[in-house]
Amino acid sequence: MNAPSPGDVFLEEAQDLLEQLENALLDLAAGGGADRGDLIDSAFRALHTIKGSGAMFGFEAVAGFTHHVETVFDRVRQGKLAPDQTMIRLALAAKDHIRKMIDAPGPDDDALAAPILAGLAALLNGKVAPVSAPAQAEKPPSSGGWRITIKMPRDAMQMGTNPLLLLDELLGLGTGTVIAHADDVPTLEDFDPGACLVWWQVDLVTDQPRSAIEDVFLFVIDDMELRIEPLLQQGNAQQGAAAAEMLVPATISSDSPAPSTKPFSQATPAKDAPPPEPPRRLADSVRVPAERLDDLMDRVGELVIAQSRLSQVAAASMDPHVKSIAEDIERLALELRDSTMGVRTVPIGSLFSRFRRLVHDLSGQLGKEIALVTVGEETELDKTVVEKLNDPLIHLLRNSMDHGLESPEGRAAAGKPACGRIVLTARHAGAEVLISIADDGAGLNRDRILARAEERGLIAPGANPPDADLFRVIFQPGFSTAREITSLSGRGVGMDVVKQAIEALRGKIEISSVPGQGTELTLRLPLTLAIIDGLLVRVGTGRYVIPLSTVEECVELTAEQDLRTRGRNFLNIRGALVPFLRLRHLFRSETLPDLYQKVVVVAAGKQRVGLVVDQVIGNHQTVIKSLSVLHEAANMFSGATILGDGAVALILDVAHLVDAGQVRDEGWRAAG
Amino acid sequence: MNAISPVRQTGRKNLQVLTLALGGEIFAVAASKVREILDLVPVTEVPGSQAFLNGLINVRGKVVPLLDLRLLLGLDHSAATIDSRMIVVELPISGVPTIVGLRADKVYEMTDLGADSMEDPPQIGMRVRSNFVHCVGKRGAEFLIVLHLDAIFAAILANDVSLPTIRAPRGVEPSVAASA
Repeated sequence: MNAPSPGDVFLEEAQDLLEQLENALLDLAAGGGADRGDLIDSAFRALHTIKGSGAMFGFEAVAGFTHHVETVFDRVRQGKLAPDQTMIRLALAAKDHIRKMIDAPGPDDDALAAPILAGLAALLNGKVAPVSAPAQAEKPPSSGGWRITIKMPRDAMQMGTNPLLLLDELLGLGTGTVIAHADDVPTLEDFDPGACLVWWQVDLVTDQPRSAIEDVFLFVIDDMELRIEPLLQQGNAQQGAAAAEMLVPATISSDSPAPSTKPFSQATPAKDAPPPEPPRRLADSVRVPAERLDDLMDRVGELVIAQSRLSQVAAASMDPHVKSIAEDIERLALELRDSTMGVRTVPIGSLFSRFRRLVHDLSGQLGKEIALVTVGEETELDKTVVEKLNDPLIHLLRNSMDHGLESPEGRAAAGKPACGRIVLTARHAGAEVLISIADDGAGLNRDRILARAEERGLIAPGANPPDADLFRVIFQPGFSTAREITSLSGRGVGMDVVKQAIEALRGKIEISSVPGQGTELTLRLPLTLAIIDGLLVRVGTGRYVIPLSTVEECVELTAEQDLRTRGRNFLNIRGALVPFLRLRHLFRSETLPDLYQKVVVVAAGKQRVGLVVDQVIGNHQTVIKSLSVLHEAANMFSGATILGDGAVALILDVAHLVDAGQVRDEGWRAAG
Repeated sequence: MNAISPVRQTGRKNLQVLTLALGGEIFAVAASKVREILDLVPVTEVPGSQAFLNGLINVRGKVVPLLDLRLLLGLDHSAATIDSRMIVVELPISGVPTIVGLRADKVYEMTDLGADSMEDPPQIGMRVRSNFVHCVGKRGAEFLIVLHLDAIFAAILANDVSLPTIRAPRGVEPSVAASA
């Protein structure tokens, strides 16, 4: 629980920055459109920050290397160099190299860097063909200077900023004078030696553009007040008025007691004063170690349990005050639960964006033109789930690109556009998140899979299983129909690993494929968030929780229905045939069944299944506690929870339960 | 934490242990693993799990698996009595620190075993598999079997929990032996 060391923070930040850089580069490669300028700035900023903080935290090699890339992008930014494909490829290679130097620095770093540096140097020296310079609006005025007002936040020095160094750097851009204003400095008793109380006004004579000055303050610009105005040469009176307007922005005096002496305080407020600065923007995000969030989630979970106990007590109590307090606490606990869960979830877009690079690289390697379309990036998932989806999705994408999409000739012959499409979609569906990968390729070759499956004895010869069953064999270890092994896939390893990874998340994979039109793989993942709403039921002497999101309805199983359905486990619910499972059989409960058993109808995948229980107790806020590795084999349960009376109840994993029931049924059938 | 590292032959150190009764015999576990000792609490059964591991208990808001060592080690087991306790231990299971409850017929005391009073488990004549035993300690006239909890849980995970084939003549139950 210690605060992470600055070096670690740099490592984490660098990962984010590299991602930002990569996204900007890929967007540029795709054309960029109107945001071109922003993209270049974004790339430059990322590089600059990596260089700056790298040097600060002792990653000298990284900083040195990044410097060269940054130089190139500086040229691009100034419009002296056009970001063409060659440059973007080089920049991506450079980005990979930076990542390598950060993650796994080695003695071969320099050797690997050499070709990239040579390429960058060639870009710089060779054809420095200035592209039509984007309007250099911010040329310094003819007077050749800027008046810069700098006001740091009070805690700037505690945050590691040294204003004097910044001033030195600023003066390095030209010649100028610095005036320090100490009017915010309080008397000695109130003086805080760690606070930055002085503000500065710099008259800088230089031919540098405004952006050069902003760059000096790159790291702190978000938190400080920085005003850059052209240096005026006119008469003193006019300058005074302008300066008053400039130096006493509305926000300065608002948070500190009136300064003792204000320069130009005699100036009347200008009519056309600039709009007040927006309130100081706080940092957009806070980095928190995941374990602290887990800890918070645990606490909230325990709070929810304690709250449901309180509710039980309050419900039994006659005191209206207790009841109303219990209701308040309930509302607060639920809100707290929701916002805590919100903290843990991240949009899946962060994962999708990583794949753009993969597709970009592989399309070149495979000689196929491939467009990746992503839909539903805003779909939120638990962060740990998102992390665990990375590898399976890479496998599946590679498969789609390598096997799914045809070669350019194949596509032309099939009358399809040359550019293959892969659509990556994420969406919420009930308690599940569906992630699908659809390509518009040739589809799975049913005959070849069937032949291969028969050959390997996975399917009885002559059998003609439905598509859904047949396609499932591709998840068998070592199964591959690929005629040749490529560097990407075809060895038959992969799909079984994908299946394992998804099952570890208690998810499922579905395949559908239309010959000639493409294949779609859908991952169904439960929202494995820590708290769910559940339906508490009793089977024999045990109490169990069924996730409420899977429950469709509860019906009674009357004694005569019970007798009538013996032997054929189907129930007629409003004309629909619903198979059911007797949980007391599944759980080998030895007590006598209740006279009036209930059937809880749940939706498992596309199936509706009834679960016969002895009693439906009611709704229960369920904090999922995962079972230890010792109970991994008990996969009828997705976890456990603690009830209001302190007892432990198991949470049913509906999908696995139905599977277990099927196996049991088949066992019976085979035995009978 | 690491009091039960394999220090079988040399460098054996004094060991503080908790002594307990299981099926009429006295065993011990390293005290460094023990977090707390509970009176009987309600146990939730886990359908479909192994008999020796089919319970869950609530330990201060955590759901903790409950191991019945008597069933695992093939000892006599009887219904709970007023002396029955649950010993909460914490140990790494496949690298993850895990809290587990152990059923005990009775808990006696914490005691120190001197380095010179510990011996390697004999290879024969033991009711308990020798790799489940860390050492045999002498305490007065009694012998204490100090259980090797890490090895026991490793064996459970590897599904390698068969009872020893060579057993003491006392208490042989053919049905149990056959089912194992």
